[in-house]
Amino acid sequence: MSAVPNRSVLLGGAILAVVVAVGLLAPVLGTMDPARIDPVARNRRPGAERTVRSGAGAEAKLTYWMGTDSLGRDVYSRVVYGARVSLLVGVSVAVISVAFGLVVGILAGYLRWLDGIVMRIMDGLMAVPAILLAIALVSLSKAGIRTVIVAILIPEIPRGVRLVRSLVLSIREEPYVEAAQALGAPLPLLLARHVLPNTLAPLIVQATYVCASAILVEAILSFLGVGIPPETPTWGNIMAEGRALFRVFPHNILFPGIFLAVTVLAVNMLGDGLRDQLDPRVSRRL
Amino acid sequence: MGVVAIFVFSMLRLTAGDPAAIIAGDNATSQQVAEIRVRLGLERPIPQQFIIWLGNVLRGDFGESFFFKKKVAELILERVEPTLALSMSTMLLAVATAVPLGVIAAWKRGTWIDRGVMGISVLGFSVPVFVIGYALIYLFAIELAWLPVQGYQRLREGFGGFLERLVLPSLTLAVIYVALIARITRASVLEVLGADHVRTARAKGLAELPVLLRHVLRNAAVPIVTVIGLGVALLIGGVVVTESVYSIPGLGRLIVDAVLARDYPTVQAVVLLFSVVYVVINLLVDLTYTFLDPRIRY
Repeated sequence: MSAVPNRSVLLGGAILAVVVAVGLLAPVLGTMDPARIDPVARNRRPGAERTVRSGAGAEAKLTYWMGTDSLGRDVYSRVVYGARVSLLVGVSVAVISVAFGLVVGILAGYLRWLDGIVMRIMDGLMAVPAILLAIALVSLSKAGIRTVIVAILIPEIPRGVRLVRSLVLSIREEPYVEAAQALGAPLPLLLARHVLPNTLAPLIVQATYVCASAILVEAILSFLGVGIPPETPTWGNIMAEGRALFRVFPHNILFPGIFLAVTVLAVNMLGDGLRDQLDPRVSRRL
Repeated sequence: MGVVAIFVFSMLRLTAGDPAAIIAGDNATSQQVAEIRVRLGLERPIPQQFIIWLGNVLRGDFGESFFFKKKVAELILERVEPTLALSMSTMLLAVATAVPLGVIAAWKRGTWIDRGVMGISVLGFSVPVFVIGYALIYLFAIELAWLPVQGYQRLREGFGGFLERLVLPSLTLAVIYVALIARITRASVLEVLGADHVRTARAKGLAELPVLLRHVLRNAAVPIVTVIGLGVALLIGGVVVTESVYSIPGLGRLIVDAVLARDYPTVQAVVLLFSVVYVVINLLVDLTYTFLDPRIRY
C-alpha cells in the first residue's frame, strides 16, 4: 500500500467530507426549520424571494434557493437536513453489518459445527432480494429511523458474514496461523491477534459499498412512502413529496436527486479507490 | 427454500396485531374474535399452524387479502403481466447493450472508450432508479413529448400502446443492470484476452471479430451469466421502484400498497413469490454452466 492515496480516494473523500460538513452544519447554513409548513409560500420556484414581517415589525427577506414544496416547506433546508439522515443510515448500517460479519464470520469460519447452521440461515436470507426484504421488514414495525436502519441492515448481514468467513477459511491454512497454534496460543488470542487483522482491509472496502447501498435503499424506502415519515426530511421523502406535481415543479425531485446521486457516487469512488490501494491483485483484474 | 418459508411465516406471527381482531373489525365482541380465531386455526400450536400454512401455500392458496378483499392468488395473477413484461424487456435491453459495451471496453483497454464505459458504469450504480426515471420522463415525455408519461397498457389492448408505454420504464430499469453486466463482462473478457489460445487464434490470422466472439466471449461467458442471475435481485428491487414511478399496476406496486395498508397475507405471498423466482432463476443459471463450459459437471 502506497502512502499517497490515489485520485479516486481523494476525490470521493473530498466530496464526502463536504456532504458530512453540510449535514453537521445544517443549522448555520442559512436554513429555516425544515418541517415548518407555510401555506402562503407553496410551490415556489427555485430562487423565489419573499419578505416576512416578524412580530416586532422587523422585515426579513427570505430566498427559497431550491423553491418550496406543496406544503410551503423550504426545499433547500430540507435537502441540507436530509444529508444527516442519509449519512446516519449509511454509516450505521455499514458499521453494524461489518461488526456483525466480523464476529459471526470469524466464529463460523473457525468452528466447524457452527458453520453449517450459520451459513444455511445466511443462504435463506440471501434468497430474498434485499429491497423486498427491507420493505417487508419495515411493514412489521412502526415507521422511523431505527426501523429503517434495522430493515436495511438485515439483508446486508449475509454479505459481511460470507466475506469474513471466506477470508478466515483461507487465513486459517496460512503457515503463521499454524505456527501460532503450534506455540500453544489459545483460541481467542489466535483469532484476535492473527486472524482478525488480516480480514480488516477487505472489510473496510466492503463497508464503503454497504454504506452506498444503504443510502440508496433508505432513499428508495422513503420515496415509496414506507420509510422515514415526512416530519424528518430525507432525500427520499422530499422526492416522494414532489411526485404528484413533478410535471410542473421538477425542482422537488431534481435537487435531492442530485445530492443523493453525488453522495453515493462519492462513497462508491472511495470504495473503488481503497480497493485498488489495499489489494493490488484485485485492481489489476477489475 | 425451507428457511425462507419459515422466515416468511414467522413474519406474520411476529406482527403486533392479532389477525382475527383485524378481520373482525372495531365493533366485534370478544366472542366473535374467538370464533374467527378458531376458523383461522389460530388456537392451534404454532408448528401445526406452520404445516397447515405450508400445505396451503404449496397448493397455491395464499389466503385472503385483508385490504383488497380478494383471494391473494387472484390478486397476484392480475398483476403478473405488467411485471413480467417490464422485467423481460429490461433484461433483453440490458444484456443486448451491456455485453457489447463490456467487450469493447476490454478490447480497447486503457483508452477513452474503456474509461468512458467504466465511468458510466460507476454512475449507473450511484444514481438511484427513481431519479433516472424522472429524468427520462422529463426529457422524453414532457420536454420532447415523444412518449406517454406514465401508465400501462395490457398486451391484448394493442401492441403499439403496450410497447410505447414500456420503453421508458425498461430504459430506466436497465441502467443499473447494464452497469453491473458491463463491468463483469469487461473483467471477464480481459482475463480471457490474455490467454494463450487467444494468441494462437490471432497468430493463425483470424480476424479480430471472430476471435472476440468465438474464442474470447465464449470462454468469458460463465461469470457473465452468473452475474445476470444474481442481478435479478437488483431487478426485482428496481421493479418495485420503477412501477411506482411510472404508475404501472404490477406486483411491485402491489407490495408497496400492501405494506402501506398492513396487508400481511399479500406482503407474504409477494415476497415468497419473488424469492422463489430468484432462486429458480439462479438454479437455471447454474444449469447453463454445463452447457457453456463442458468441464463443469454436477
